[in-house]
Amino acid sequence: MQKARLMQGNEACAEGAIAAGVRFFGGYPITPSTEIMETMAKLLPQVGGKFVQMEDEIAGMGIVLGASLAGVKALTASSGPGISLKQELIGYAAAAEIPVVVVNVQRVGPSTGQPTSPSHGDIMQARWGTHGDHPMIALAPWTVRECYDAAIQAVNFSERFRTPVILLMDEIVGHLRERVVLPEADEIKIYPRRKPKMSREEGYQPYRSDDDLVPNVANFGEGYHIHVTGLVHDETGFPSGSAKITEEVINRLHEKINRAQEEVILYDEFWLEDAEYAVVAFGGTARTAYEAVRNARARGLKVGMVRLFTIWPFADAEIAKLSKQVKGILVPELNYGQLVHEIERAVAGRCPVKLLAKYNTEIFTPQEIETAITEFCK
Amino acid sequence: MRSYEKYFRQNRLPHMWCPGCGNGIAMKSIVQAIEKEGLTQDNTVIVSGIGCSSRASGYMDFDTLHTAHGRAIPFATGIKLARPELNVIVITGDGDCTAIGGNHFIHGARRNVDLTVVLFNNNIYGMTGGQASPMTPMHKRATTAPYGTVDRPFDACKLAEAAGATYVARSTAFHVQHLTDMIARGIQNKGFSLIEAMVQCPTAYGRKNKQGQPSVAMKWMRDSAVMKVAWDKLPAEKKVDKFPIGILYENKYEDYGTAYSEVIEAAQK
Repeated sequence: MQKARLMQGNEACAEGAIAAGVRFFGGYPITPSTEIMETMAKLLPQVGGKFVQMEDEIAGMGIVLGASLAGVKALTASSGPGISLKQELIGYAAAAEIPVVVVNVQRVGPSTGQPTSPSHGDIMQARWGTHGDHPMIALAPWTVRECYDAAIQAVNFSERFRTPVILLMDEIVGHLRERVVLPEADEIKIYPRRKPKMSREEGYQPYRSDDDLVPNVANFGEGYHIHVTGLVHDETGFPSGSAKITEEVINRLHEKINRAQEEVILYDEFWLEDAEYAVVAFGGTARTAYEAVRNARARGLKVGMVRLFTIWPFADAEIAKLSKQVKGILVPELNYGQLVHEIERAVAGRCPVKLLAKYNTEIFTPQEIETAITEFCK
Repeated sequence: MRSYEKYFRQNRLPHMWCPGCGNGIAMKSIVQAIEKEGLTQDNTVIVSGIGCSSRASGYMDFDTLHTAHGRAIPFATGIKLARPELNVIVITGDGDCTAIGGNHFIHGARRNVDLTVVLFNNNIYGMTGGQASPMTPMHKRATTAPYGTVDRPFDACKLAEAAGATYVARSTAFHVQHLTDMIARGIQNKGFSLIEAMVQCPTAYGRKNKQGQPSVAMKWMRDSAVMKVAWDKLPAEKKVDKFPIGILYENKYEDYGTAYSEVIEAAQK
């Protein structure tokens, strides 16, 4: 067994990425994500990987996409304004189907906002930040150990679906230090880079999808002479102006994730067996909510909790199921109200949904959430 | 079939450039330089940005990457550092490279990443219909400068030199053999190489600036370009309305990939 370590969430994220096979990092310093890049600068060359501090956020995104196309697993990390700058190339990665992980350690916005304070203000940006129609996977860890595991999961999903994955951390888990026991190497499952299943002579087409609707795009330098573009392209990889192909491509991009929802949508349930009310929370806030729900139950309130790990795609089925069981759902969020709208959509009026919003740079206290639970259960 | 034709994706031709455009000449010079330097189609990657110039990547039978506007150099840097055995050639334009991609251009040069950047300079945004670029000469007309531009233009070669490039050259679509040679020498340089290839744009630039006939633009290139050796001896008054071509700057300096391999060595001690 690994020795216990006192680790920070950002460090755990970087180490998890390396454990998942990431050997390339490009990025730009920004609070509160910088420790990820600093850890990468130190550790990547130790394992033969490469780290480049880029001139700006956009370049940090471009360089990791180049490295990934050349067959090296790559990750970049940023926050707030930096994530806004990366959006065009996140969309490029979605369209050109390039595996990559973008970590967003959320801070208060809009604009420069409050750089050292936590927020969940980028929930909708993670889903809709770039232009055009494409699916998105976003994962929100709630412990330091889970920052490590989530980095591995994010890298695996990006490779499995050939899509950008947003690792949607927040300043709470990013800067938190906890006692952590990391998994042994043989406990870690790694999804390898997909490979072409035939040669050029046999008619290989880089963007012809497999049965799971994901294409096996060759890495550069392997003799396939592929063309990669952000323009809408057919299965050859070359641009197409066809209305039919445009529709087919946009359908396939969505469907490759839609049909794998059970694999992608991950969450924890606590005390739901007898729950009459539920709290739905995620990220750093879920830690506080957990404590509040436990305390409320100790006082005899029949309240349970769902902790969402996968934020996008949204856990529609789980929340719909929950809404048929409970008399109300409380949603604490460190924003003006974002994920609550998704929850309301999934609940579809079957039970009341109440937002507990906080956006003043401070995190929730367990008492605040517990008080809200008590009020809600009346 | 000519020896260089194998470097083109025949099924992607004919290209989409206007009749009389200089981009095809510059693209052909690139593949001839590739052939001259003995690079193969399997060990070479062509990376481009967005614009008329950057459509070239789609016609060339290598691994090719058509990136987002201005971002070819960061993508190319990632490819080169991830797979150092690959030769990476960047095709960009004056707008792509010196406007939206300007920051990446100077920092790529500063790091001295082993890339060969060929800048097709047509002095205009061609694909979007003729807007002024940072390399549109003073007082020339564009759709966004209907009275002539008063933005001072960049000299991309001087910019590259100042930023740290280790090979800087210029040639034109008129001086085809020379252009090929300048690109070949850039491929030889293990470091950041910039080759400015001046190309005529009869449609978007020429028609507004008395160069609507491609031959007029090419004659202007012939008459205005001065070889570097002669240029250096030219008195200032004779340099007016002329420009130097040839190798404008060269220096030996360790490239980024080599420098980083020393970082890996130090980290693993």
